[in-house]
Amino acid sequence: MTVKQVMTNVNECVLDVQNLSVEFSTYGGVVSAVRGVSYQVHRGQTLAVVGESGCGKSVTVQALMGLIPMPPGRITSGSAKLLGRELIGLSASEINRVRGADIGMIFQDPMTSLNPTMRVGDQIAETLIAHRGMSKKDAFNQAIALLDRTRIPGATQRAKQYPFEFSGGMLQRVMIAMSLACKPALLIADEPTTALDVTIQNQVLELMKEIQREEGMAIVLITHDLGVVARMADEVAVMYAGKVVEAGSVDDIFYRSAHPYTLGLRAAMPSAKRGDHNSLVAIPGSPPDLFSIPSGCAYAARCPNAMKVCGEHDPAEFSCGKQHYARCWRHHESMPPSDDGLFRTDLAEARV
Amino acid sequence: MTHLIDIRDLKTHFRIGPKQTVHAVDGVSLQIDRNQIVGLVGESGAGKSTLGKTVVGLLERTAGDIYYDGQTLPKQYSSADFRRYSRDIQMIFQDPYASLNPRMTVLEIIAEPLKLQPGNESKRYKDRVAQWLERVGLMPDHMSRYPHEFSGGQRQRIGIARALIVEPKFVVCDEPISALDVSVQAQVVNLLGELQASMGLTLLFIAHDLSMVRYISDRMAVMYLGSLVEEGPADDVYFEPKHPYTKLLIASNPEADPIVEKTRLHHPIAGEIPSPINIQPGCRFAARCPQVSDRCRTDTPVFKSISDDRRIACHLF
Repeated sequence: MTVKQVMTNVNECVLDVQNLSVEFSTYGGVVSAVRGVSYQVHRGQTLAVVGESGCGKSVTVQALMGLIPMPPGRITSGSAKLLGRELIGLSASEINRVRGADIGMIFQDPMTSLNPTMRVGDQIAETLIAHRGMSKKDAFNQAIALLDRTRIPGATQRAKQYPFEFSGGMLQRVMIAMSLACKPALLIADEPTTALDVTIQNQVLELMKEIQREEGMAIVLITHDLGVVARMADEVAVMYAGKVVEAGSVDDIFYRSAHPYTLGLRAAMPSAKRGDHNSLVAIPGSPPDLFSIPSGCAYAARCPNAMKVCGEHDPAEFSCGKQHYARCWRHHESMPPSDDGLFRTDLAEARV
Repeated sequence: MTHLIDIRDLKTHFRIGPKQTVHAVDGVSLQIDRNQIVGLVGESGAGKSTLGKTVVGLLERTAGDIYYDGQTLPKQYSSADFRRYSRDIQMIFQDPYASLNPRMTVLEIIAEPLKLQPGNESKRYKDRVAQWLERVGLMPDHMSRYPHEFSGGQRQRIGIARALIVEPKFVVCDEPISALDVSVQAQVVNLLGELQASMGLTLLFIAHDLSMVRYISDRMAVMYLGSLVEEGPADDVYFEPKHPYTKLLIASNPEADPIVEKTRLHHPIAGEIPSPINIQPGCRFAARCPQVSDRCRTDTPVFKSISDDRRIACHLF
């Protein structure tokens, strides 16, 4: 299948991650950073991967891009297919041809992701020379066009400047220009706006949306900010301790939360309601030690709804609607109805 | 009754070279009443932290006055001044990793403010530190450990215990939750809220998370490029912003609600916060303001009252 044919197929699955597991061997023992993650992203759609520090959201995408140093890292199981092509197990030179060409990347800290000793235009041109075989001059001109596209004023002059001459927001635009150079089918954005002010974040998010509308690429957006998720995502995967605990459409996640952790995250954010100064509910405790993840559900120790089974058996994936899944025993068919606030299809139907 | 903290036309400038001065804080007037939480928001580079550090005496002010409970605070603190005022005025820092000495135990860190106060018997430090560890949700036997053994949220609790052990009246919280994960942010905000209520604390809460500042604060002040543009009751400022900058800032703040986000129009503010070096006359927001007029480029708007409890610096009002 050629890339062209794929582009015409709107619902084409661009990225299909299945049961991916990643471990790291350290002096302290083996860290199970990612434990069987599966998700899909479709053309023109944005998947937001949400979770706290250490939940494995970044490691998952680093694994499929071949960015995990091995050793100490090890991909113990799973597959990741980009437009049907397996990425796990590709040789270094094969994955090099994919990265930057078929997958674009934006990282949290643009200052450390760019080469401080190279002109910005040359850094963008490098991608085009490597993947498209352009001449140096053509590539540089193309770099200027890309900078212009990401709304950097005075792109011709700016292309000749070095990263230190740019502000954080402008550098993130440079990163976006670079990631778009080869018109990738998939853009991976790892906390792209975490280091930016809300006003600049707004500019960068709007730019990403606009470019997605024009190019139709799929985006994996890694973030911990539920506000950014609400603004950007079509689909959401909520991760906790190396697993996707809930996945569904953005409306499912926000209005029909089916996992206690998702509910907990939402309750831990202040509401935008006048007079509300007293409703934050923190999630007690902290995430489990990844060196020795407890048996059963990793969230059980912090979960207000934990039952005996939660500490003993890892919950299976339960369907909570169309393309909406949660890993929580509360969705087992033998669970009686309760007022735990979780969305359940059987109860929703009963209410209708 | 006098305000607990009364800041009048405060300026903190930094000379960075001949003819070059950073106007980090440039004419701020702000009053904070007893038992109030005043939230201070603005973009990076607005001067929020500089203002906070100047108020607690960590930075020397260039001009203006700061009154604490009616008495003027020294311009430059001597060590005796620090000993005297640290009993009443304390600070909680942004970075829980950088603000705790890695070579001190938790006991030494939390007890240090007590040691600076005369009349504290050293053998009683331990009991008070133990009490405070429990009060901030840690365990008394944590006191023999070192900072690296704690998570970010736990370290911030240690920082809170260190600031509050002397039972101050006024605390500057400089982005206390920015470095923490969402679920832990709520823990720390709830803890601060409880302690504020039980101890009758007055807080200046500096943050860039607008939703959180609205939630925790009684009043909210918006800062832009060294000066305040708007100040008023937190809910009023958040839900009925008047200054064009406040409006745009609040419209930029993503809300955790997909329907709200889908229905609202996004008009990002053009441009970025200008350099605070050698500021031009006129309104500082003029270059980015959608409602700018000629007058804004020449006359600096005065920060004035537009109602009983609302102040704004804009020629539109």
